[in-house]
Amino acid sequence: MTIQATAPVPAAAGTGGTLAIEAHDLVKTYPKGVRALDGLSFAVPAGTVFALLGPNGAGKSTTVKILTTLAQAGSGTAKVAGLDVRAKPARVRHLIGVVAQLSGADPVATGRENVMLSGRIQGLRGRELARRADDLLGRFGLADAAGRRVRTYSGGMRRRLDVVMGMVNRPQVLFLDEPTAGLDPESRSAMWAEIGRLAAAEGLTILLTTHYLEEADHLASRLAIVDRGRVVVAGTPDELKGELHGDAVHLELASDTAGDHVLAALARVPGVREARVEGTSLSARADEGATALPGVIAALKGAGVTVRAATVARPSLDDVYLRYSGRRFTDADQSPAAPATSGGSK
Amino acid sequence: MTTIAAHTSWMTGRQLRAIARQPAYLVIMLIQPVIWLFLFGSLFRKVVELPGFGSPSYLDYLVPGVVIMSALSASMWSGMTVLEEIDRGIMDRFLVLPLHRSAIINASAVMQALVCTVQSIIIVLLGWAGGAHYAGGITGLLVLIVTAVLVAIVFSAFSNTVGILARQRETIIGINSFLLLPLTFLSTAFMAEALMPHWMRIVANCNPVNWALEAGRSAMSANPDWARVGLQGGGLALLAIAVTALSVLMFRAYQKSV
Repeated sequence: MTIQATAPVPAAAGTGGTLAIEAHDLVKTYPKGVRALDGLSFAVPAGTVFALLGPNGAGKSTTVKILTTLAQAGSGTAKVAGLDVRAKPARVRHLIGVVAQLSGADPVATGRENVMLSGRIQGLRGRELARRADDLLGRFGLADAAGRRVRTYSGGMRRRLDVVMGMVNRPQVLFLDEPTAGLDPESRSAMWAEIGRLAAAEGLTILLTTHYLEEADHLASRLAIVDRGRVVVAGTPDELKGELHGDAVHLELASDTAGDHVLAALARVPGVREARVEGTSLSARADEGATALPGVIAALKGAGVTVRAATVARPSLDDVYLRYSGRRFTDADQSPAAPATSGGSK
Repeated sequence: MTTIAAHTSWMTGRQLRAIARQPAYLVIMLIQPVIWLFLFGSLFRKVVELPGFGSPSYLDYLVPGVVIMSALSASMWSGMTVLEEIDRGIMDRFLVLPLHRSAIINASAVMQALVCTVQSIIIVLLGWAGGAHYAGGITGLLVLIVTAVLVAIVFSAFSNTVGILARQRETIIGINSFLLLPLTFLSTAFMAEALMPHWMRIVANCNPVNWALEAGRSAMSANPDWARVGLQGGGLALLAIAVTALSVLMFRAYQKSV
């Protein structure tokens, strides 16, 4: 499918149209034979926020590890800020900021000491470094806590500190791997606001991974849905939802009925498409969901199937995911709870 | 080269700061050698009366033993720090920064060397306060400290290697509990070689902890056998280089595994 960028082209002069990240056909196999990436490709225009959306284990973190020079791809190529990550890892590290899934902050050091060390390693010195560190700590609401040891920070504060550490060198590309995993809703929306401000203020490119659909929808101007180590579809959230034509109709059936039987009954209802049955859950698309619903329920009743509940919704990214991966997002995301908070507890 | 030195100093500073902020660690580090010095000093005081022991005062004999044993027992835990940094994501954070790779390994060695030097000086001063005589003077004591530092580097690099390889605290704890006493007692730390059974002398000759003890003790005596000191110290230095190289290889393997 062809995709037009709907987000404004980067403000930085002369960079219009350049790509900040290019991943081409990345393959990564771990020693035990697990194929984490299976020919993953995507491109991110400079100055935009791009989300990799997918369930746990889809390959998002592995992609970030390869793009940030931590891991090496088995095959395929990747460029960040125009530089090949395999050929020029040292130069890439100067141009990027990384907020990994696990907080990398030293719990025994203070917030400010952590930021200063990252800045020093990035080549900043003296007053310039101190000013940059204090400025960022202030912007992320950590000015008062900067002199305290990170051990005493809350989960939300640690996450903000991670972003400060990642931003200290004024990166061209910022990687945020699950920036809100394990945060309470309040900290999450605060983090969203901060990420939005960052993208606007410093004109940087942000690659964000998430398994929250709303997060990708809310923050990213473009996104790619990743499943089993591949990009299944990419585009702007609106384009992807627009592809679906019509509303999503979800029905909860009273009993586990043979799928073919149900689908045959639905085929006779006009305006209903793409019906799928999984157990007692039935989903389909309809141009006018509310109008089509009575016909659907009547057709099922005629076929001897009782409907226990019915919902009609405007298209969501969940529907996009279902359409391209053949699974419901929540089913694919098997993890019982958010894994690993920031590793604070013993 | 200056980059490596600067990066190493920042990474070492970070670890030293962490130690300084854990008072329990500092207290244990200072108290443990004191206990050994006075415990073994009282327990074995009379062994010098055995014919063939060869030293007039057990305290004189014991000080190098406690210095080397303390270097060994402190450095063996260095792999725990590496494991913790991997588990917390701190290692990965440094690896995506433009940090000189060898600075991570160097910092661990420099920190062990500094801790070991401070600990050795304290033990030597305590021994001196308790009446020990250092016939070899400052030179002898310097050689003792250098050999103690080499022991610390050998066993911290070994511990780091085990930590990265096994990725489990229990493995480090198990190996340390298994090795500490045999390495210490299959050496001349507390008992003169002349009084050991024949087989034990052969084993002790292959024990790097014993090389450090023999070299240190000889240098501290009134008539050092410098050829032997050089041989044993050199062997220890070669071993330190070899084990450090091994830990660098393991570190590369870790980078491939992420």
